[in-house]
Amino acid sequence: MRDAFVHTLTELAQHDPRIMLLVGDLGFGVVADFAKRFPKQFLNVGVAEQNMAGVATGLAMSGRIVFTYSIANFPILRCLEQLRNDACYHQANVVSVSVGGGFSYGALGMTHHGTEDIAILRALPYMSVIAPGDPKEAQAATRYLAVGHGPAYLRLGRAGEPIVHEGPIDWQFGKAITVREGEDATIISTGAMLDTCVKAAALLAEQSLSVRVLSMHTVKPLDETAILSAARETGCILTVEEHSRLGGLGGAVAEVLCENAQSPFLFRQRALPSEFTKHVGSQDYLREIYGLTAESIAEEMADLVSGKDAVPSRVLSVK
Amino acid sequence: MNEVERLANRIRIHAMRMIRNAKSSHLGGNFSMAEIMAVLYTRILKISPESIEDPNRDRLILSKGHAAAGYYATLAECGFFPLEWLDSFYTDGARLAGHATRGTPGIEVSSGALGHGLSMAVGMALAAKRDEASWRTFAVLSDGECDEGSTWEATMLAAQHGLDNLVAIVDYNKIQALGHTKDVVDLEPFADKWSAFRWAVQEVDGHDCRALESLLKSVPLQPGKPTCIIAHTVKGKGVSFMEDSLLWHYRNPQGEEYEKALAELEANQ
Repeated sequence: MRDAFVHTLTELAQHDPRIMLLVGDLGFGVVADFAKRFPKQFLNVGVAEQNMAGVATGLAMSGRIVFTYSIANFPILRCLEQLRNDACYHQANVVSVSVGGGFSYGALGMTHHGTEDIAILRALPYMSVIAPGDPKEAQAATRYLAVGHGPAYLRLGRAGEPIVHEGPIDWQFGKAITVREGEDATIISTGAMLDTCVKAAALLAEQSLSVRVLSMHTVKPLDETAILSAARETGCILTVEEHSRLGGLGGAVAEVLCENAQSPFLFRQRALPSEFTKHVGSQDYLREIYGLTAESIAEEMADLVSGKDAVPSRVLSVK
Repeated sequence: MNEVERLANRIRIHAMRMIRNAKSSHLGGNFSMAEIMAVLYTRILKISPESIEDPNRDRLILSKGHAAAGYYATLAECGFFPLEWLDSFYTDGARLAGHATRGTPGIEVSSGALGHGLSMAVGMALAAKRDEASWRTFAVLSDGECDEGSTWEATMLAAQHGLDNLVAIVDYNKIQALGHTKDVVDLEPFADKWSAFRWAVQEVDGHDCRALESLLKSVPLQPGKPTCIIAHTVKGKGVSFMEDSLLWHYRNPQGEEYEKALAELEANQ
């Protein structure tokens, strides 16, 4: 995803001098080509994320479309007030790009785990939140944001994720992509969990369960229509995210369902507990510990679907 | 008193009335910057009510957004919006909020959280520099917000890129929210700090309009460097019993106190 982002931005910058890339002294081997080709559109602000967000706003208010780039929490939480007061209040064209969503930098430890970002960023007025599901989605999101659509958070994974979508995709801001059709249940995925979710749906198909998979690349604004259709048509929703269970995709989907669903549905979220992990290990290792594997997700979904005939207390029924 | 000095005095009178009506605070910091704002808007900034959308206008960022009353008074006096708007400052349903807010004619950015303004100013100055445009960016800072690390992050980047189209003016009234700056976090040697951060620095009496004008007309002080003007001011300047007093960071004058202060200010007109 990282490479898809930077290659796309480099291509676009050639044709649009308004596009700027600001980095907080990170991106070795990633941003050098951009910096060399477009020195007037590049700026390394140093290790100073608060200043980066403020400078980005000043540039944006002078006609630029600015992407700020760093990893994990640095370009978003360190400068949260600058994003809120400067970028968001002024509805400036500032896109905060973070590489390392979830456990991408697993073994680097807690400081490098981006696991509360969606919840925090989606609370900011005017801030769009986008977490692409694969490199193709990252490319499409970059193309969209590079035109200038106000403040946004682009949550990327790392480099080298698999391409999930075969062929061209119809990526639209705020519109979920149906990656797989299904009638018995729906998995709603955001960010780099998409590949795992598609595999989980395949496992469930072996159990004769027809599971829809939605890539909810835009968490804010959320595609309420797709969520409500899924509830109505499949009656069973599992959200999956590499993020805290507080306030992320799961919370956002639950808000929509509880307020708007017209028919009974089952809902669960597969997300991380609200804690700092004590485990050390790679992204795959940590995902396994926290049940973010295809097998574990399939198991959860099978259990959830089995409740369709019963009336367990966790069922939220809306008349 | 000359025209600019009289404007500074009127800014104080407006600000004091607004703060009294609103029962709000920050009077002292409004008074300390009155001459700075009067000189900027009448003698220095290339901006007028007709040019607030002109891409080539000079930009001013009031980073010390808590001095909003004086800022609004300055803009109203200079014709950016009607003076009547000042009457409802800070009250329910008013146009003018307690901190400087974009959307008010003439205000470039909202401020109120300290340590944000200089970064945004650096972004603007950098844009102008890279566009080879002639407009300039001015930021008015409080001394208190020089405690913020982000202010110094911005300072270093401005020097790195030789932003000689950027001017920071520090309203150095030497009192912050809980005490004198020397007792909270002493900024001294203040001018040396800016110099060490590779800015061209000049100190000035921030209540001397002629000196301010002459200095601000000479910027950049040094080609290739951003300019810092440390304006030595007095918190609460203009009213004898408010000067250099922490109390007037918070207190609003009512009744006899207000009348007495007003009489002192009106005597200057």
